[in-house]
Formats: sequence, structure tokens, C-alpha cells
Amino acid sequence: MTASITVEGLEVVFDRFRALKGVSLDVREGESYGLVGESGSGKSTLLRTITGLAPVASGTITVNGKTLGKTRDKAFYRDVQMVFQDPYGSLHPRQTLDRLLQEPLAIHGIADGEKRIERALDEVGLGKGFRFRYAHQLSGGQRQRVAIARALILEPSVLLLDEPTSALDASVQAEVLNLLEEVRRRRKLTFLMVSHDLAIITHMCERLMVMQNGEAVETLTASQLIGHRVSEDYTRNLLRASEGFVRV
Amino acid sequence: MSAETIQSRRAWLLSDRPVSRLQARLGRAYVAWRRFSANRLALVGMLIIIALLVVAAFADVLAPYSPTVGDLKNARLLPPGAAHWFGTDDLGRDIYSRIVYGARWTLYVVILVAIIAAPIGLLVGTIAGYAGGWTDTILMRITDIFLAFPKLVLALAFVAALGPGIENAVLAIAITSWPPYARIARAETLTVRNSDYIKAVQLMGASPFRIVLRHIMPLCISSLIIRVTLDMAGIILTAAGLGFLGLGAQPPLPEWGAMIASGRRFILDQWWVAAAPGAAILIVSLGFNLLGDGLRDALDPRSGDQ
Amino acid sequence: MSDTLLDVDDLRVTFPTRTGLVHAVRGVSFSLGRERLGIVGESGSGKSQTGRAIMGLTPPQAEVSARKLAFDGIDLLSISPRQRRALRGNRIAMILQDPKYSLDPVMTIGRQIVETLRTHEKVSKAEARKRALAMLQAVQIRDPARVFDLYPHEVSGGMGQRAMIAMMLVTGPELMIADEPTSALDVTVQLDVLKILDKLVAERGMGLIFISHDLRLVSSFCDRVVVMYAGKVVEQIKASELRDAQHPYTRGLLNCMPRIGFERHPLPVLDRKPEWAE
Repeated sequence: MTASITVEGLEVVFDRFRALKGVSLDVREGESYGLVGESGSGKSTLLRTITGLAPVASGTITVNGKTLGKTRDKAFYRDVQMVFQDPYGSLHPRQTLDRLLQEPLAIHGIADGEKRIERALDEVGLGKGFRFRYAHQLSGGQRQRVAIARALILEPSVLLLDEPTSALDASVQAEVLNLLEEVRRRRKLTFLMVSHDLAIITHMCERLMVMQNGEAVETLTASQLIGHRVSEDYTRNLLRASEGFVRV
Repeated sequence: MSAETIQSRRAWLLSDRPVSRLQARLGRAYVAWRRFSANRLALVGMLIIIALLVVAAFADVLAPYSPTVGDLKNARLLPPGAAHWFGTDDLGRDIYSRIVYGARWTLYVVILVAIIAAPIGLLVGTIAGYAGGWTDTILMRITDIFLAFPKLVLALAFVAALGPGIENAVLAIAITSWPPYARIARAETLTVRNSDYIKAVQLMGASPFRIVLRHIMPLCISSLIIRVTLDMAGIILTAAGLGFLGLGAQPPLPEWGAMIASGRRFILDQWWVAAAPGAAILIVSLGFNLLGDGLRDALDPRSGDQ
Repeated sequence: MSDTLLDVDDLRVTFPTRTGLVHAVRGVSFSLGRERLGIVGESGSGKSQTGRAIMGLTPPQAEVSARKLAFDGIDLLSISPRQRRALRGNRIAMILQDPKYSLDPVMTIGRQIVETLRTHEKVSKAEARKRALAMLQAVQIRDPARVFDLYPHEVSGGMGQRAMIAMMLVTGPELMIADEPTSALDVTVQLDVLKILDKLVAERGMGLIFISHDLRLVSSFCDRVVVMYAGKVVEQIKASELRDAQHPYTRGLLNCMPRIGFERHPLPVLDRKPEWAE
């Protein structure tokens, strides 16, 4: 198995605040990898740094064999796409879905737009009827489906998911998680998924890294976590918390 | 059209599930129109502006006399009456005809200023807001320099340098009126530049130029349109002020400000010479202001996602 | 459930909008003793509007009606706004989701607690301060004197929510409405806050209405659960008997969440039936 994403000793500093303190990880091709942590753990920053939205202070990021520099070229974005947390903020308020989905194709000069847009909408279970709607005419779950369609339309090999369901209702969350699993299987995608919810990460990912205060706490497989075979107290705390309230 | 077809057309426009690009666009325009037309005063403002357009377009038909050639011998300073509705001025020219032709010059000034100033402001503001850093600092300090002078004084200076004439007056007004637009566009850009939908476009590999032009500018345009419309009255008044000072339109052009200036000499005995163009300026300014208020309600980007 | 603290019968909340009336709450009935009651539902189920209607915080353009809406025998819909205000914050208190928005940003936490206390009770400044500090201690803030002088933006989310709870509890209310009190917090902090809330509710014998989207969390915390869907109550059930829930919506909600150690691919999804809303 070859590595899809390799991060080594990554440091990210915002105005003297060290958001990431030397984090390393490697995600294999076709794998689904989870990042778990609470707010301020640096899990989202890690994703944003890979995409180039946050600056690297030191350390290296390698994606599909290419070590990334300061800027990302167009080819990078055809390979790596991202789905954001907030479905209400990630779609342009003045554009129809048609425009939204056309944009990546126009940027990369892809010709068969019509077909791709219809296929993308079908793939995320929305269908052609949605093509000319605006974001405000959709529910939260539908918006997140559009965001997934937009990420997939360039046919990337890596999908970065930043809490893709935390703003959704539980029943809608299940639908979106199922959709993500399905497209991953069909397109043999590599996932790097961020969540604060251990249950979601163990459901979606084969391996995961627990993060706290910009550092990696430990790396586990999903089965180790399910079997409670964890070595750090912090992880144990998280596990306990995910089981709900216990009255003593 | 029967009530039923109207009803079905409205349903088509308001549909949550538009089936074509056209329907989506028309539906949006219709929603904006409904919000606009709910405001009665805005409709009045729009009627005034439409009337101005019609008068300007059909000035040749509507004006009974020549605007520039008067009857010096028989018709000097006549009070309003059946032959000359608004009276005549000191050169025996029919004031009504001059006001009708003056509508053209007013429109000429307003439209040219809007066409020159708004895009400059939009461009400077969005680029400064999106780029940030040094670009932002430099562009905004230039804007501040322009804002530091009173508009009329700065326009006066430009006209003095360029020479009097209506074209130069337009240019001077345009040069002095873009800075507020740049400010608005920049403020608007700052609120959207860190949003996820702009980041999403960045993550598609779009160039900064494309992001500003295709994703940020459309969001700034509505507040800009509102501001420009509200500024129209001010532009008309500045143009009139320059005309009044003899630095704008030159005789015998029937420009409203210049007309007031020449009427000033008889203002106590022949009040109509100055009052008629004054009223015209007042009404048109009011029209633009009412229209602008209505547009604010209809296009406000913060009221819903429309 | 010896004495009834709150009696809600056929509560309705209706909002006028451009496109017609929106019925946010459509005939909700339940009663509450000195117990912990959870109201669970997804967005748009009317759970928050139910809480707000009881609290008297419904926006003025909306209309609230009920066959009965009584707190401790007082008919909440017929008393004057002034009497309602006197109840609010004194005998009925509410905790909102995000302390960032419900605490006044330009007033120190301590002063806010003192002000709350002094609007409802005639106490001296020194006495109020003492009680505020005691209250901060009760919500397990380690250094109450320091937090007393901090502004809301200077404390973390968990600390802010504790301060909020302290502020709400300082007057010794009998009924507490908590609308998603922990949803903005990290999971580990969430449990700390719930523990504090649980202890205080038990010690003071308050009635608690816990409004949340998280059925599992609510069922682990409350005695009884009211499940809402589309403005209606679809099921009322004891938390301990949740596993035997009858309504397909309740069952669907419980099932559709991923659980550690229960692998299901794909996750079961909710098949919404139109008759649930009827």
C-alpha cells in the first residue's frame, strides 16, 4: 500500500499561537483516516494546512508522492477536495446549484459540463430537479449533499471532511454518512475526516488519531478503540464521555 | 389575462423548484420586485425617474420652443402663462422648453458619473478587501486622501485645472465620488472573504482575479447600486452647484444649475426664472432618494438569502 | 411526581410569515413535577418554541394559545407582563445554548449575577456578593473570586456556561428550562456541566425541562422524555423504558446514530411518514 498523505513534524503558528506543534501522520491510499479531538485540538487546522488555507511554519506535507510547497497548483486541487462543516456557509448565496457545480469545471477547463453536473447531482441523490435551485431553497442535509457533489465533480482521489455532519440532525447525519461511505466505495477515495464525535469516527474510519492542544495524543485502529484498548487517559475520557451521562 | 393564468404565472415564478436557469433568475427578480413594490414611496420615486427618462427621450416633441434661441424682442422675462407655462428668462427663452431639454443634461451627468465612479470604487474596494496587506493599505490611504476633501471643493479644483465645461464637470464629480463606493465594497468584501463559500472556490484552484470578479463582486453590487442611487441626488446637486458657479455647463446649454445661476439676478422680481429649474432639481433628487430607499429594501443582502 | 409544578395543555405557537401562518407548536400537552423532563426533537420540531412559550419569550408577532398553561397554579397566559417578568428569572429560569450570546459582554460575570439577584430580592450589596460567590463555588468554579471579576469573553465556553447556570440558579428558581445547554461545549466539558446541573437540581428539588436534539444524552440524564415531531408530541416515555419505545420516529432517532461497538453499514435511516405529523 502506498501513502496518500504524509505529514511530518507539521507546525502551524497564528500570531505566536502554536495551533499545531509538530504533528505527523500518514494516510494510506484508499484508507479512511479520522482525526478526533475537542475544540482547539488543531484537527481542523491540520486539514486546512493540507489544502493551503493555513500557512506551514515548519514540517512537510506530501500528497500522492508530491511534496507540497508554499502554493498549490491547479493539479493539486483536482486531486484533493474538501467538504466544510457548515452547510449554510459553504454555498454561495447568490448562485444556483448549476453555477456552483459549473465553477470547478470552468476553472479546470473541463468540457463535458452538462453531463458531469447531472451525474454529480444524481450521485448524491438529489437529481436533476435541483439543478436550478439556490442554496436557500434547500435543507441542511441537501446543502451538504451539494457540497459533496461539488467536491466530487473534479474526480479527486482524496476527500478532506471537516465535521461534515455536526451541523445536521441525527437522522440526516445518518443519510449523509451513508452517502459518504457509498461514494468512497464506488470511487475508491481516500478520506481524511475530522470530528469531535468518536462514534462517527469509528463508524467511518479504519484508523484514527486523537489530538489535543495541537499535538497527537495517540494513533489507534478503529477496532482498538472499540475494544477499549487505548493507552492514554485523555482518549479514555473521550470514550467515557461519548457514552452519555452516567449518574453516580 | 384571467385571474387563473396570473395565479399560475406567479406560482411558476415563486416555485421552489425552478427547472431552468431562466426561471430561477426571473423568480429571483420577481421576489425582489414584490419587496420593492410593497413600498409605495419607492414606486413614486420610480415613476419620477421614469418620467425623467421619458421627458429626456422625447424632449423634441415635448418642448414647444427652442431651448437656446429666444425671442428677445417680445418675450423677455414673461411670467408663467398659457403661451409660456413656466414663463421666459432674460433672453426670452421658454423656461419649460429649457427644463425639458435640461432633463437630458441631468441624465447625462448622472449616468456618466455612475458609469465612471461605481466601477472604480467597486474595483478598488474589492481588490483592497480581498488582497489585504500592503495593497489594502495603499489603496485605502489613497481613498482616504480623496475623502478628506469636501466633494464640491475638490470638484472645483479639478474643474479649475481641467477647464470649465460639462464634460469636465462630469469627470470632476466622478473623480470625487468613487471613494465612498470603494469603502462600501471593501467593507462588504471583508465580511465575505473569510466565508466558507469563498474558501471552497479557492480550493477549486480559482485565481484571485476570478474570485474577486465572479464571486465577490456580485455580492457587493447590490449595496453599491443602493448607494449610487441614493447619491444621484447629491451628484445632481453638485453638477448644479458647478453650473451655478459657472464652472459646469456653459451658456447656452439648458443645464438646470446654470439656469438657476442666471435666474439669480432677477430672483426678487421674476422668481420663476430660478424657481422652475430649482423645483425640477428638487423633484428629481427626491425621486432618486425614494428609489434608492426602495432598492435598499428589495436588494438588501442581509434580509434573507434572496 | 407528587405535586404538579407545570401544567401544559394544548399549547400552540403560530408565526405569521409572508407566505402564511407557520404553526411551530401544534397542541403540546404535558405536566411536570419536581423531576427532570427531556424534550427531544430535530430542528423545526418546535421543541425550543415550546420552552420559550413557557418562559414567555416568544417573539411578539407570534401568537401563543393553550387550553392551560399553569405554573404552580398560576395561569401564565392571563397574568400581566409585569407579573410574568417577576416570575421569570426568579421562580422560572432559563439556560440557553451559547453563553457567548446570553451573557452581557460589557459586564463582569460577578456583577451580572449580583444584578440578577438584586432585581428579584431586596438584599444588600455585600450580601449579594457573598451569595454570588457561593453560587460560583456551587457550579464548581475553582477560584470564584477571580472569575467574579472576569468578563464573559475572558472565560472558556464551559466556564461561561457554568457562570450562566450560577446566574440562573442564584435566585433559587423552582423551574429551570435548559435549551441545549451543552451543545456548544466539548464532550468532556459537557459532562462536567451536566453533572453540576444534575446535582443542583437534585439538591434544590427543582423541576427541569431539558431541551435537546440528542436523544441519547437526554435519556441518560432525564427521568422522562417527550419526543416532538413537526410541532407535536409523538411519544412520552420514561427514560429507562426508551428501548421499548413504540413510535417509529423515536425508534428511528435512537437507531440512526452511530455507536461505538455496534457496526452497521449503512446506518439505518429514518423513513419519515406523513402521518407522523398529523
